[in-house]
Amino acid sequence: MPKYNLQINGSQKTVETESDTPLLYVLRDYLELNGPKFGCGLSQCGACMVLIDGVAETSCSTPIAAVRDSKITTLEGLADQNGNLHPVQEAFIEEQAAQCGYCLNGMVMASVSLLQENPSPTTSEIKEGLELNLCRCCAQTRIIKAVQRAAKNL
Amino acid sequence: MIELPNTSRRKFLRNIGYLSVGFPLISSCFAEQEQKIAERKNFYGDLPGSIRNANAVNAWLQVLEDGRVLIFSGKVELGQGIRMAICQVAAEELDLELDQVEVHLAETGVTPDEGYTAGSGSVPNSAMSVRYAAATARQKLLELASEKLNTTIENLIFYHGTVKTKSGSQSLNFAEILNGAQIDMEVKKPIPVKVSSDYQYVGKAIPRKDIPKMVRGESVYIQDLRFPGMLHARVLRPPSYQAKLIDIDFSNLGTSVAGILKTHVNGSFVGVIAEREYQAVKAVNFLKRVAKWEETTALPNEAALFDHLKSIAEPAQTIRNEGNFSSVNPENKTFKASYTKPYLMHGSIGPGCGIALFDDEILHVWSHSQGIYPMRRALAAMLKMDEDKIHVTSVPGAGCFGHSTADDAAADAAILALAYPGKHIRVQWSRQDEHTWEPYGTAMIMEMEASLDENGKISAWKSDVWTDSHSMRPDSDPATLIDASYLENPVQLRGRGYLGGGHRNADPYYSFPNLQVNAHFFDGPLRISSLRSLGSYANIFAIESFMDELASQAGKDPIDFRIAHLQDQRAIATLKKIKEITQSEPLEVNEGIGFAFSRYKNNTAYCTVAAKVNVNQKSGEIILQKMWAVGDVGQIINLDGIKNQFEGGVIQAASWTLFEQVHFTKKVIRSEDWNDYPIFRFPMIPEVEVHMIDRPEEKAEGGGEVSMPPTGAAIANAIFQAIGKRVNDLPITAEKIVG
Repeated sequence: MPKYNLQINGSQKTVETESDTPLLYVLRDYLELNGPKFGCGLSQCGACMVLIDGVAETSCSTPIAAVRDSKITTLEGLADQNGNLHPVQEAFIEEQAAQCGYCLNGMVMASVSLLQENPSPTTSEIKEGLELNLCRCCAQTRIIKAVQRAAKNL
Repeated sequence: MIELPNTSRRKFLRNIGYLSVGFPLISSCFAEQEQKIAERKNFYGDLPGSIRNANAVNAWLQVLEDGRVLIFSGKVELGQGIRMAICQVAAEELDLELDQVEVHLAETGVTPDEGYTAGSGSVPNSAMSVRYAAATARQKLLELASEKLNTTIENLIFYHGTVKTKSGSQSLNFAEILNGAQIDMEVKKPIPVKVSSDYQYVGKAIPRKDIPKMVRGESVYIQDLRFPGMLHARVLRPPSYQAKLIDIDFSNLGTSVAGILKTHVNGSFVGVIAEREYQAVKAVNFLKRVAKWEETTALPNEAALFDHLKSIAEPAQTIRNEGNFSSVNPENKTFKASYTKPYLMHGSIGPGCGIALFDDEILHVWSHSQGIYPMRRALAAMLKMDEDKIHVTSVPGAGCFGHSTADDAAADAAILALAYPGKHIRVQWSRQDEHTWEPYGTAMIMEMEASLDENGKISAWKSDVWTDSHSMRPDSDPATLIDASYLENPVQLRGRGYLGGGHRNADPYYSFPNLQVNAHFFDGPLRISSLRSLGSYANIFAIESFMDELASQAGKDPIDFRIAHLQDQRAIATLKKIKEITQSEPLEVNEGIGFAFSRYKNNTAYCTVAAKVNVNQKSGEIILQKMWAVGDVGQIINLDGIKNQFEGGVIQAASWTLFEQVHFTKKVIRSEDWNDYPIFRFPMIPEVEVHMIDRPEEKAEGGGEVSMPPTGAAIANAIFQAIGKRVNDLPITAEKIVG
């Protein structure tokens, strides 16, 4: 089976797996990370989002062979070296922006990516930025407030 | 959030051997001392069902060796924040800090059997049982401490987990007071409970403890459980409901997909176990291509679904009949309207997942089921095993909003674990299986008829409801689990479960002199079970749309018209409040605000919803701009938790109202994923404002479902206000606006 050298959350990881294994399965099943979640496997819901070279993307339909030397950041890799949470993570806690929290990984990753590109988004820009991410508990109004709060604290 | 007691705690709890210190509560000796701490008053009311079934204090509460308290609840965490609500109630009664309370949620053999976590019942049942058990324990701890410290109860104070003398010279923590014992006395009335004016935690917006774990990516969900040597499995579901497996050729599976350890066929059940999760995914995709099925499924024509449902319904059952509907003055104006609701999905973001291990004696199951004890009964019946040989631990999954696929995934894992003993077998459902096999909320038809008298008041009302069952939850009938119908010796459903959900809230909460409610039950074509709020959402959609139409026919203001038919001041208060907060809202052309009210189940919490829409008359596009909800759940336990439930409820119900419908062909479910079954995405999300009326002296009701029923009608009524058009068939789409 081929081996893949990956850059995950600032460190090098080697994984031996089939070339068609999606990145999500490598992160969860081989590297035992909890952040990215399986939601649809179809890039329709955003639960599996990670940052690929700083940009939020779904990880469920990207085969590992296509990742190459991209830098992958998962939810676990957002905190700084001292364990301080990213302002987006802090804001989600402050706003209690979750019910079951299963979609929260994707919401946080998409928000981090959005705020990097646009540090002070309007409400409609936030809504557009999170368009791919589904939340069935319907915590969207809180999530929007969390992104607004994070934008202030960045 | 997978918070099992640590080994030392378990050992402590095990070693104490439940030494009894139970003897009758003497309630006459706390009055004076209580006033100096927090005032208490005796509770004489009805005890919740949960504590009547498990009435020993130590079924609900045990003291840990460090003096902190471990609470047991048979309810599960669904994202509704029940763990924190229970923690607040326990800490309140025992004057503990929140960190001094651990809450152990449902596990067979450990927590009480509280049935299902459903029906907005966890606060009134579980949290209130904990309240009465904790208050009883407090009194017992006082008595024991008074003996131990050789002082009067009046000279003792509870403070952050210790009982101390007023001078502070002596103190004992709870473990020291009990000296290794637990309190196994019965919880009996009167129970001295803290008065609400002295609450420190109850009613406050206390942040949940699990959200920080979620944002850090800690292990929270069943999907995050990883056991040493755990294997991954998937089940090949049949292509349609009535399909039977004829043949499956495994011969090329091993060469096509790596890591295959076991295939298992039993009747039409096909499972495959692999080393890695994605290998199991690929194996099922391979097997899909080689399996041969006999298909006899014949679903009705979707376009004529409601005619079909009427044609298969049983004769009507009269659920309520007051006064005489048919004797109404013939000069009164009568009105009729018909409403429909399609099949709806739970649509959990995380598809079902189950883990099981058979250790040659006990079958251990980890599940995000809403009812682990009832599920155990179903598993035992399906597997023909002794219930005591099955141990089920609840672990949170993604929000499920009723009976979804958790139990089925647990059943899959259990079958495969028995076929492959000694290893943890994890079964993860695919999105397509989740969408096409989940038990939907049933389609319904509601026909309303009413008469208005000369004063514009309703003199007679009749509701006719066509409905399937709203609960096929797993319990002793194994056929409630999908697998039971596909094993070699398939079982047939014994009955239709709980039918009352179909006409829940079909009898208007308003006072009408003549009222009749009829239910027409059917066995519909699609698999169904409990979806959040059961029949209430559709019934209130019909009733409140019709009330609005009647108000307009009577030439009355919609809120005043409702108030004129209500006697309950709490109900009226929610309507007056919504009027107050929406009256200065500006409206442009083609915009309107609509209202709807309901009291959930007609005997629990109240909610009035207002919706503001903008409707494009040409394209039919509906923009839901803002929603307001005013709620009254009696005593509030966690203010932020209840607001979160109300906010989520109105948005989810708005998504049902505007987008959702399960589509099917003559053979299969066509709504296979989020493209085929669209739900709210961010750009359409309205602004939401929730106001709660706190009534600390009233019974604490749950709030998980309360805001959903009025939401649909509020939107429909807003559309009418905006453009004068009523759409009675859900979902309310652009095509129906222009059609």
